[in-house]
Amino acid sequence: MPAFAGMTSRSAVSATLAFARRPRLDLADRGFQAAAGGAALLVLVLLLAIAASMFYGGLPAFRAFGLHFLYGTEWNPVAKQFAAGVAIYGTLVSSLIAMLIAVPVSFGIAVFLTEVAPAWLRGPVAAAIELLAGIPSIIFGMWGLFVFVPIMADHVEPWLNDHLGPIPGIGALFSGPPLGIGMLTAGIILAIMVIPFISSVMRDVFTLVPPQLREAAFAVGATRWEVVRKVVLPFTSTAVIGGIFLGLGRALGETMAVTFVLGNAHDLSVSLLMPGNTISAAIANEFTEADSPLYVSSLIALGFLLFVITFIVLCAGKLLLIRAVRQGGR
Amino acid sequence: MVANASRALRRRRALRGRIALGLSAAATLFAVFWLFWILGATLYYGASALTPRLFTQMTPPPGSPGGLLNALYGSLLMVVIGTAIGTPVGVMAGTWLAEYARRRWLAETIRFINDILLSAPSIIIGLFVYALVVRQSGHFSGYAGAVALALILLPVVVRTTDETLRLVPMTLREAALALGAPRWRMITLVIWPAARTGITTGILLAVARISGETAPLLFTALNNQFWTANPAHPMANVPVVIFQFALSPYEDWHALAWAGALVIAVFVLCVSVGARRLIRTRA
Repeated sequence: MPAFAGMTSRSAVSATLAFARRPRLDLADRGFQAAAGGAALLVLVLLLAIAASMFYGGLPAFRAFGLHFLYGTEWNPVAKQFAAGVAIYGTLVSSLIAMLIAVPVSFGIAVFLTEVAPAWLRGPVAAAIELLAGIPSIIFGMWGLFVFVPIMADHVEPWLNDHLGPIPGIGALFSGPPLGIGMLTAGIILAIMVIPFISSVMRDVFTLVPPQLREAAFAVGATRWEVVRKVVLPFTSTAVIGGIFLGLGRALGETMAVTFVLGNAHDLSVSLLMPGNTISAAIANEFTEADSPLYVSSLIALGFLLFVITFIVLCAGKLLLIRAVRQGGR
Repeated sequence: MVANASRALRRRRALRGRIALGLSAAATLFAVFWLFWILGATLYYGASALTPRLFTQMTPPPGSPGGLLNALYGSLLMVVIGTAIGTPVGVMAGTWLAEYARRRWLAETIRFINDILLSAPSIIIGLFVYALVVRQSGHFSGYAGAVALALILLPVVVRTTDETLRLVPMTLREAALALGAPRWRMITLVIWPAARTGITTGILLAVARISGETAPLLFTALNNQFWTANPAHPMANVPVVIFQFALSPYEDWHALAWAGALVIAVFVLCVSVGARRLIRTRA
């Protein structure tokens, strides 16, 4: 600014301050701040609005069926009797199967990427796992229905029938017609979908372990596996559990992939090979076909339950991770 | 005797370690195996269904040839509108978190809630927008679909903007303020340009994510067999067409669904890989 050229620095500063304090600019400044603050508040409002609208939409169903809605197992659009029991059971069981597979595999991937793989291999492998997270869930669903389900039906499930079916107790889980679709298939596909999320959290927190701790363990003669098992894992356990919860939150709410391979059956069955339902799959399948207000309200009430379940699980995961970071990656 | 026992112990520990680390390599192979299987199958079935008709004709009734033109157009339009709605709000919210939030508890709460929204089930966003837009306006529409996509994009942009802006050195802010710039000029002329790459990466990652989203469109944009350029009507879109066609009993619809899956997968993976490359070349 040429006008300031001849001034001393102090008068330049005061001139600038006067320039900055001009009311018109002040107004722009305040307007910008208000716009930014409003946008940030919108995030907060959004979550509350979602919760409120789900609750409000589900209210007629909660009123009509009371607490029975939570544990009842009938779902009969013709008789207008609805209860969430089967869908909640399916949501929990498919996610449980997913976690049983995804947690050990994710742990293995995190160990491989931080301890085992040579430096040149880490980048490409990490990128491949990230790519898996980027595949849209509708593609998991299509692949599941057309490629994976036939293999489950023709090879895996008959084998499970023959070898695990006769075992008393757990045999009931693996008996039933080998249809290919069902809880087990959905759980496996969910596992593949959440592995990238869990393994990336685990890998991140493993790298936060202070090198002195690891070196001390190596110095007293620990093997690499013993360092992981007895130093890295105990040190990062809070964060690891937090990461598992975040993955669980994803699995519980996943919709398209399970909708394709679950069979949309509102029957409760012990066998993991039988078709079932989850909250999200029931909503996806039936919402546009729901023909009575009570039917629509019951589906929204299912949505509210899913919202509450995932909210609690995600909050728990997030809080664990925050605590872990505060304690220095512990 | 003692030497022997300790040698056996050492051998056992080494063996156990080798087995465990071998299993970790196997776990990695397991995950990579699924990646190649899924992408390979999509490429195989999708490529064999890929014809020029895909980009020139509308979605057909079963038994006659057709393409996905109306669905591709609908998807593109809704992603563009969704990005146009969500990006400014997301960038402003992220800017507030990084630049203005004096009361720390409020900023921390919003960050926390934003992270929850980031992982919230997308089908719930669909239900929410159904109640908010579809029920109020009385009909399904492309706009409703775009709003649903915007709500999914929003938390991704908020988070990346917030994180990137906090990496901008404080000296840049001090320099701008010392020159007498008001805060909003400092942010728009100095801080945003300095963080441009990071913010762009966040937006691209969010676009990649919403391009494949199906659940939130099922009861907002619905679907449309015919050509509509007007987003006030129900709109065809690739993910919902894939869903409908794949679950139908018709072979030729399955083929189109695979072709659509391939187009979506290629687009989504190219955008997200491009976004990550962008940030890597800078860093």
